[in-house]
Amino acid sequence: MTTARGISGGSRAAFWTVFAIPAVWMLAFFVVPLSIIWAYSFGRTLGLTEVVVTGTPDNYARVFDPVYLYIFAKSLVFAGATTAICLIIGFPYALVMTFASTRAKILLLLAIMLPFWTNLLVRTYALMAVMRTEGWVNEAFGVIGLGPFEMLHTNFAVVTGLVYVHLPFIVLPLFSTLDRLDRSLIEASLDLGAGHLRTIFQVVIPVVWPGILSAVLLCFIPALGSYLTPDLLGGPDSQMIASVIERQFKRANDWPFGAALSFMLMYLTLAAMAWRALAERRAAVRDLR
Amino acid sequence: MLIRFENVTKRFGSFIAVDNVSLDIAVGEFFSLLGPSGCGKTTLLRMLAGLETPSAGRILIDGVDMAGVPPNRRPVNMVFQSYAVFPHMTVADNVAYGLKIDRVPRAERDSRVAEALALVKLDDFAHRRPDQLSGGQRQRVALARALVKRPKVLLLDEPLSALDAKLRDAMRGELAAIQREVGVTFVMVTHDQDEALAMASRCALMNRGTLQQVASPGDLYEFPANRFVADFIGTINLFEATLAVDETDHAIVRTPALDAPVYLGHGVTGATGAQVWVGIRPEKITMTPADAPRPAGPAAMPHANRTPGTIMTSAYLGAVTLYDIHTSGGTLIKVTAPNGTRSASPALPAGTQVWLHWEPDAPVMLLA
Amino acid sequence: MRLFARKRGDAGPLDYAGRWSLRSWVAVVLVFQYLPLASLVLFSFNNSKRTIRWEGFTFDWYGRLASDDALIGAFANSLTIAAISTVFSVLLGTMAAIALWRFRFPGKGVFDGVITLPIVIPEICMGVAMLVFFGTVAPWPRDLVWPLDLGAITIAHITFSFPFVTVVVRARLASFNREMEEAARDLGASELRAMRDVLLPHLRPALIAGALLAFASSLDDFVITFFTAGPNTVTFPVKIYSMVRFSVTPEVNAASTVLMAITIALTLVGMKMQGTDIASTESP
Repeated sequence: MTTARGISGGSRAAFWTVFAIPAVWMLAFFVVPLSIIWAYSFGRTLGLTEVVVTGTPDNYARVFDPVYLYIFAKSLVFAGATTAICLIIGFPYALVMTFASTRAKILLLLAIMLPFWTNLLVRTYALMAVMRTEGWVNEAFGVIGLGPFEMLHTNFAVVTGLVYVHLPFIVLPLFSTLDRLDRSLIEASLDLGAGHLRTIFQVVIPVVWPGILSAVLLCFIPALGSYLTPDLLGGPDSQMIASVIERQFKRANDWPFGAALSFMLMYLTLAAMAWRALAERRAAVRDLR
Repeated sequence: MLIRFENVTKRFGSFIAVDNVSLDIAVGEFFSLLGPSGCGKTTLLRMLAGLETPSAGRILIDGVDMAGVPPNRRPVNMVFQSYAVFPHMTVADNVAYGLKIDRVPRAERDSRVAEALALVKLDDFAHRRPDQLSGGQRQRVALARALVKRPKVLLLDEPLSALDAKLRDAMRGELAAIQREVGVTFVMVTHDQDEALAMASRCALMNRGTLQQVASPGDLYEFPANRFVADFIGTINLFEATLAVDETDHAIVRTPALDAPVYLGHGVTGATGAQVWVGIRPEKITMTPADAPRPAGPAAMPHANRTPGTIMTSAYLGAVTLYDIHTSGGTLIKVTAPNGTRSASPALPAGTQVWLHWEPDAPVMLLA
Repeated sequence: MRLFARKRGDAGPLDYAGRWSLRSWVAVVLVFQYLPLASLVLFSFNNSKRTIRWEGFTFDWYGRLASDDALIGAFANSLTIAAISTVFSVLLGTMAAIALWRFRFPGKGVFDGVITLPIVIPEICMGVAMLVFFGTVAPWPRDLVWPLDLGAITIAHITFSFPFVTVVVRARLASFNREMEEAARDLGASELRAMRDVLLPHLRPALIAGALLAFASSLDDFVITFFTAGPNTVTFPVKIYSMVRFSVTPEVNAASTVLMAITIALTLVGMKMQGTDIASTESP
């Protein structure tokens, strides 16, 4: 039932029935809005919300102004540190989950899923309350005669918050990759004389490496584009890219520059994904050989 | 004794995988743990490797109690069922892995790796990656990787199960040859009796966590300890019977399944009148046409060890033909007849009347 | 932690879940994840303006929530948007999944890529795109009656939710045996009829998972809504955000607790409805 236009797999009528609405929707409410932003990034403001698209690269040139480069660099460092800490914290958790009994496995999964499904704002707020100067943590430090420490509105708070929020993002994919690992590889390594740590570093991690890369990316990308966490937990010096973009659109009213910034962020995201796709393809090619 | 299991029990929750097993294995043996799936043989092997910990009992290797000794400190190495060849290392790196851990100096390591690869005929594959190897080659890598450490015991978990039939036959001979060459004690788990009988010097047959019989392959087949063993190894016709006469040089057993008594040419241990089982293997029964002279029984009891019957079905298997024969006693008996000459119609047709008879040392009497 | 309690005596070397070091690691992770949330819930019942010392149990803060018209309005908005967005997301998401699974067509790769983009691009990028689109290019009419005035937000929510449904449904479709559909056709069903009778029942668990995912992500969203919302179309998270900016108060605790309770209930219902395979559809 192939039709002339190269649609195959079923009748044309059936194809258009399922394809038309989502395609038109995506075009109208996603592709068009993004394209407009993209066009705006080559324009300049004329008035309050009026923009003319002139094809100027000025906005992108401004992104490379040291002030903004610094913010990009800081965002990358925050996201990178978050991912690294999440990986270190999350790997043992995923390991325990993989080797737990069925019942414990389900409960550990549920325990990490619930925060994952809980409102991001609520979670960030919960952390605020705990880290305040008059919060719990300082209260606890007070008991042992330390503090109080100014934790909220610092870079420390931002990274802690990002780790807190993104931990499930890394545990879930780590678990699914570890769960697929052939256990006899671990047993073989132990049998050949290696200890547990050596086995983890020389056998487990190299074998599940593609899965670890995926997990890292699934944590890094949302962390890089975070808006709420640095906004609520950070101080004046802990802004990330998203906060700058927000300011251009909501307060500074420099839409073209905001558009250029958001496309730079998008390019970074897409580059990270392309890098993963490449790594995956390399692994696939290796498997084929 | 190189390996000693002393009253070893392993429970998983309420399931008893291994139930109070005691077993000795000597240096240089090719020992096989045989049994149906779930009988505990793999658990026993894994406890020897240290991959499971016994719930009760002791395991000694070379006189040393292995309790608390982790797998990486035991003088045993294992060939895993899935081979567990590390996919991110070359063949040579896989084989060298254990030696690196033992900090064997580089020169010695290289020569031992080369030697091990030569032993399993993989010399030319040293720098290949595992995903470029066939299943049989991966298994050789696993074997070389374990043997290169010169373990006191090599453990093999279903080593041939993942190979195709032709390769399996070839590997059988080769594994036995390698064992003779290196002289290391092999302990192999298998569910395939042919594998165990062909390769092992001694077998332990297990069922439901307990040892049924530990014996040479020949003894396992010819002198089974109980019905389970008799039935698991090969094919056997088993009849419930009563022990009628028990003398030092012969015994007589009566069974409702057969018209004639069964005469055994040796004494047995059992009280007269006891409920026993008698078994006769299909190839130990001779079949003659009904119109030929009636076969004579043992001199002491001419009417014993023979029964008339009718062929119900036949299955031509090439080397032999397998018949299901309905006896006048009302039971089905399996009989194999060798196809000694070529013939256009190698099987007798259904409905043919025949006589079955057997020698006094053919049947085996079982107490349990 | 009783759960992992097993007789240490006969644990094997791979029993990582039974090792003390790893168990305490897990315990610390869970304390880190749950302590802030637990303290948030606890102090929503505290009989004091301060949220640090326990002064006795009260429902007062919940009472105040109930009498705060703006908050109730925002709450109603959120649930309405989530409900509408879920229905549309499941419909659109399933259609797109079937189109991608079943058909080959020119531009399939592009369609596939575009539909995955909303999942991966940073929320802020989509937020500003929606701001510009509904702000100047295609302004949503200002003074429509409720709930039509929520249109812009709802459309934005559908746009970022339905690709999630597509991912989940597509994963499920991979396990569909095409011969079942062919059997239905062989027995006389039309193409669409066969899809409805055979394919949809197979997809049920994925549809449930997708619906939950769409509902939760709509209810959860702050960033995109923040950019799309007008002064009169405030959702619950946006409202809470404006309260949070001021300070930590028991009212916010109570409001957050309500939101959390909804999420937990949804998660548990979802898990109950389809075992644990939410997890497997969740991780891409």
